Amino acid sequence: MTSNTSENLYDTVPDAQGRFGQYGGKFVAETLMAALADLEVVYRTLAVDEQFQQEIDNDLQHYVGRPSPLYEASRWSDSIGGARIYLKREDLNHTGAHKVNNTVGQALLAKHMGKTRVIAETGAGQHGVATATIAARLGLDCVVFMGETDIQRQALNVYRMKLLGAEVVSVSSGSRTLKDAMNEAMRDWVTNVDTTFYIIGTVAGPHPYPMLVRDFQSVIGREARAQSLAQTGRLPDALVACVGGGSNAIGLFHPFLQDETVAMYGVEAGGHGVSTNQHAAPLTAGTPGVLHGNRTYLMQDGDGQIMDTHSISAGLDYPGVGPEHSWLKDIGRVNYVVAKDDEALRAFHKLTEIEGIMPALETSHALAYAETLAASMTPQQTIIVNLSGRGDKDILTVAKIDGIVV
Amino acid sequence: MSRIAGRFQQLAEQGRTALIPYIVAGDPSCDVTVPLMHRMVKSGADIIELGVPFSDPMSEGPVIQQGHERALENGMCLSQVLALVKEFRKFDDTTPLLLMGYANPVMHMGYAAFADAASAAGLDALLTVDIPPEEVEEINAELQRVGMDNIFLVAPTTPEERIVRIAAGASGFIYYVSLKGVTGAGHLDVNEVAQRLAAIRSHSTLPLAVGFGIKDADSAKTVAAVADGVVVGSALVDVMAQTVSRGGSSGQAIDAVAGLLDEIRKGIDSTAS
Ligand SMILES: Cc1ncc(COP(=O)(O)O)c(C=O)c1O
Repeated sequence: MTSNTSENLYDTVPDAQGRFGQYGGKFVAETLMAALADLEVVYRTLAVDEQFQQEIDNDLQHYVGRPSPLYEASRWSDSIGGARIYLKREDLNHTGAHKVNNTVGQALLAKHMGKTRVIAETGAGQHGVATATIAARLGLDCVVFMGETDIQRQALNVYRMKLLGAEVVSVSSGSRTLKDAMNEAMRDWVTNVDTTFYIIGTVAGPHPYPMLVRDFQSVIGREARAQSLAQTGRLPDALVACVGGGSNAIGLFHPFLQDETVAMYGVEAGGHGVSTNQHAAPLTAGTPGVLHGNRTYLMQDGDGQIMDTHSISAGLDYPGVGPEHSWLKDIGRVNYVVAKDDEALRAFHKLTEIEGIMPALETSHALAYAETLAASMTPQQTIIVNLSGRGDKDILTVAKIDGIVV
Repeated sequence: MSRIAGRFQQLAEQGRTALIPYIVAGDPSCDVTVPLMHRMVKSGADIIELGVPFSDPMSEGPVIQQGHERALENGMCLSQVLALVKEFRKFDDTTPLLLMGYANPVMHMGYAAFADAASAAGLDALLTVDIPPEEVEEINAELQRVGMDNIFLVAPTTPEERIVRIAAGASGFIYYVSLKGVTGAGHLDVNEVAQRLAAIRSHSTLPLAVGFGIKDADSAKTVAAVADGVVVGSALVDVMAQTVSRGGSSGQAIDAVAGLLDEIRKGIDSTAS
């Protein structure tokens, strides 16, 4: 009986209003409502269309390079002496992160809807690069909005996007980071809604985005589940992923939600520590509110103004989080924890030195927590960490922190 | 009858179109707002739309965005906006007041607490840009409880069946967003606006106000010919910001707005039948 109810529970969200429990929804200006309705109709049709699914699978296999390996990090696991840690290697995808799983899907939607121009917001630049890449391949015009602060700390990705033919628009309003880039993308969309498809980079935004981005990213968890069974003969005991907006985490978690023995940990950016206000951990230290089209946990002040966030990693530097995570937190299915800037930085160096894998700073937050978790577990147990992206883009940031001029 | 309905009825009898100026509460400074509101009434404002500053004003163009940023820097917050409303009401009990803002500050205060505080302060209506009909039920119940109007937006992209739905839930007036874009954009097409207003009128007897792309007496005049109300925002916020950035005083900023409003009023009235 219990397993029967829980089996259905995770398929019941979002509901017809786009809600995950009390979270999600469509809190946007009237001008966008028709476009969201169109998108939902097209998506619901194509989601069950075999030819469309084949198109995506084909791109994922031959263009992205899927399936990505599930790699046992032996030396790292040995050095910790606890649970065996496996890395789901999203860093090996074309463009170097999980983001491309989603842009492949959304760009195909754009094509089917006859849109000639795509726009995106980006923080770390990974989603911007993934969008610019797909736009180049499909011959779509591409504009990427990026906060001024992020343009400085992710300069390599900015140049990559330009090489790919995208226009990168610097956003200097508000906190000049990811949330402001998203505001500006929304403003562009409202202006050019007839010709433009907005490729949102994470499981946030108004319905149906949190649903469709989750669906496109769930390939991570589907593969990981099958690979775990094939390589270890069993399911993992725990999953760990970093949470910015939450797309790599939901992609890994979602196909395992009904597996009650699998514990899940979403790792938010603890910045300088959650007691300092200098962090980006809304699930850990925030309260529910409305931002960017959905109701979710947010970092906000006593007047409901969105607070400035801080993280060493641009991709986690966001005051909100996807609404499904808010729901998963409230029902207790996923544990949300934090890793601080310095802990992430240590994990970045550790994995690079001991496994020859250089992770993104976003990913390094997941690695930092996984190390602590593994130490509390036994060698008979296994953990899968979503290695959401590679760290090439962060080399200059790390060098600067380490006081090195490259 | 609500202040808003009463005002539109009175204007209809006079054959005039409502002039609805928008300013951001607390911009350019907190103590300018109430004197500015009174002065706008003198310059022909029929309804005042007071913007509640928000950290992430997604539907605003750069001019009003900066107004929000200045107001927040001045420490303006929702409870203080309501205090300004109360202060205004001490000397003006007739001009309808409408708050325009975003969902989160109102939700954070709590819909019920907001409705109580707002009606006690003398506010007549609320327009939340990011609460479409799909999400409106909860807050509508509270606004109706205290007899406040909830102002809905209709956009150029709103299909007919949604117009029907919006018309069914609307009160006070309906706000037609004159263009696809953010506030202060410059590509308003009057013929299209006229057609869309006709479509809305076939489903609602409420007055129709038009806003987003109206910046001067000329554009106000052309829109006034087809609408019951004209909303002017970015142009006013801009003229204030310009005055202050040239070193002008608060008084000069108020004068600048009043001057522009006088012109716009004249433009609108020149269309009166
Ligand atoms: C490598 C990598 N991991 C994680 C993230 C965070 O996003 P999300 O939480 O949606 O996976 C980003 C965002 O830029 C990223 O580049």
